[in-house]
Amino acid sequence: MRLSKISAVLALLFVFLPLFPISAQAEAIPVTSTELIEEATALDGKTVSYKGEVVGDILYRGDHAWINISDGKNAIGVYVPATEAKKVEYVGRYCIVGDTVSLVGTFHRACVEDGGDLDIHANAVTVTEKGHRINPDIPSVGLLIAAGSAFPCALAGIILVIKKRVSYNETHQEI
Amino acid sequence: MTIEKPINRLYPISYFTGLIVMSLGALQFLPAVVSIIYSEWRIAAIFILTASVTSLVGVGMMFLGFRYRGAKLTFGEGTVVASGAWLLGTLLCALPYYLSGNYLSYLDCCFDVMSGLTTTGLCLIQDMDHLSNGINMWRHILTFVGGQGMVVLALTFLTKDQSSAYKMYVGEAKDEKLFPNAVSTSKRIWLISLVYLAVGTVVMTIAALLAGLAPDRAFLHGMWIYMSAWSTGGFAPMSQNILYYHSALFELCTMVFFIIGSFNFALHNAILEGKRGELRRNIETVTFTVTLTLLTLITTLGLMKNHVYPNAMAIFRKGFYQLISGHTTTGFMTVYARQFYHEWGDIALFAMVIAMLLGGSACSTAGGFKAMRTGIIFTTFKMEVKRMLLPESRVSEQKIHHIRDVTLTDSMIKSSFLIVMAYIFTFAFGTLVGMFAGFPFGMAALESASVTGNVGLSIGVTSASMPACLKFTYLVIMWLGRLEFMSVLTLGAYIARKVGRKCD
Repeated sequence: MRLSKISAVLALLFVFLPLFPISAQAEAIPVTSTELIEEATALDGKTVSYKGEVVGDILYRGDHAWINISDGKNAIGVYVPATEAKKVEYVGRYCIVGDTVSLVGTFHRACVEDGGDLDIHANAVTVTEKGHRINPDIPSVGLLIAAGSAFPCALAGIILVIKKRVSYNETHQEI
Repeated sequence: MTIEKPINRLYPISYFTGLIVMSLGALQFLPAVVSIIYSEWRIAAIFILTASVTSLVGVGMMFLGFRYRGAKLTFGEGTVVASGAWLLGTLLCALPYYLSGNYLSYLDCCFDVMSGLTTTGLCLIQDMDHLSNGINMWRHILTFVGGQGMVVLALTFLTKDQSSAYKMYVGEAKDEKLFPNAVSTSKRIWLISLVYLAVGTVVMTIAALLAGLAPDRAFLHGMWIYMSAWSTGGFAPMSQNILYYHSALFELCTMVFFIIGSFNFALHNAILEGKRGELRRNIETVTFTVTLTLLTLITTLGLMKNHVYPNAMAIFRKGFYQLISGHTTTGFMTVYARQFYHEWGDIALFAMVIAMLLGGSACSTAGGFKAMRTGIIFTTFKMEVKRMLLPESRVSEQKIHHIRDVTLTDSMIKSSFLIVMAYIFTFAFGTLVGMFAGFPFGMAALESASVTGNVGLSIGVTSASMPACLKFTYLVIMWLGRLEFMSVLTLGAYIARKVGRKCD
């Protein structure tokens, strides 16, 4: 009888234990970059969930890395284990849309470990939307014609003015 | 006897302005090359187009005044050329920005060009984290050339006319003569800058590599950040500015270069010639050390009072970094603009405003009152107090040390007070316009100090959404501050006189 009770409790634990991290995540406050900056004092030390596009570079530092995540308004530095940073395939740059990631981590208004940076330390990131390359930035025909015709004109003008200056210098003495 | 017909003075002005504009056109081919290397074809085509258009405008103006190129410019005309070239250059250099599609209006483009050329560093660009390498290159070239001076650039490479050259050189608010003539002085300024560019790019590239950037990105970021630091500009390729790199070493390297950049070119020249003692005797370095020490103390106490940062390292990397960045009028930031407003408190912000107004050295890439003038004003006060204590019959002479011992004259004192007063009035006007635009006094004052001193630190006022009248006011203030008022006012008076004559 007692054994079956213990088994039942264990079974319940087995079923519900995996849900605990989810409930911990549920406690995380969803924030935007603007809220992190504007309400930094109130959010300092809290567990927050943040989402945005990885931009620029992944800055590896030993077994950790910095990724800068932009939600369109501001980019926030996030310190993550290097293994998590490796999940990011695309970083946002010119003609590249970076991976969109979401994360849960501890927010620091002025991080003690990182020289007072406003940052988030997270243990895991989830890529929610894969980034992609935008088609090469092809110039329009009009732009090509304009550039193609203006360039020889400018070149001719510069050569002409240089020639004129040289001949002027040869015939006139500088006062 | 033959009487020579007086020439229309607009022609030589047109010739020399065209010369400077043409050099700005030629410069736009550099970002075109970068764009081609990185296969940014649309941006490359834009730069080829705008470089050609700008060069053509310059060539056209030169042709217009070519017959009168031998005519000697007066001091007034020299300043008109300098300030006119800055204005026309701004309008033309904004073309690639506008065509790139990264701006909401042409005014925003002009604002960013003026901000770059005046080494201010405030920007209204959209989506900075996805900028092309070509546009980023152009932003940093503008700030680098602006630091040395676009007139200095044209004088170095394009003219041999000594007399007119000096008048244009003075018109760009550079009155230091490293050599007897302006062309040699300009060449030395560029030599110093290019030597530092090579060294600085290597150092910053290594720092960027250690921060975790890939080699090609480290090179580009290293070069751009160096250009910006040396010019005390404040532009950076990413929206988070220097905070993006999350590296104390990187911050330290930038600090070294922007401090060096804020020193007088005459001081650089003296050190290159082996006069190392100049560094501790020069009135500007002494003044800068004193004001920096006092303001560091005030900022630290202010930040500690409000418990803004948790330890000494954080106070150094955030408090001291922003302060020295402001004092050298660089504008690099390792905090978000709004953190100033929400976290720093009045005492630290007060110190920041003072630091930004005081600025760096004269004849450097820095803005603000300049340490020379601050030093002269303090010396004058000291002299007056001393005079009170001495017998009336005693005549005392006060000397300051700048490269050599110089006797402090009434005209030096008068000119220092005049320019400092002009800066204070401009700062007050900028603050007032900021308040009219709906910003509280503290925010309006800090932003106005930043604009007046050509600094670039922001408390969050400057953005693409701010009213157009405020953008225009800041644009004019940046221009006034960089050319130290006289050239712009002379241009205004010249135009008014011409228009007046036409109306008569």
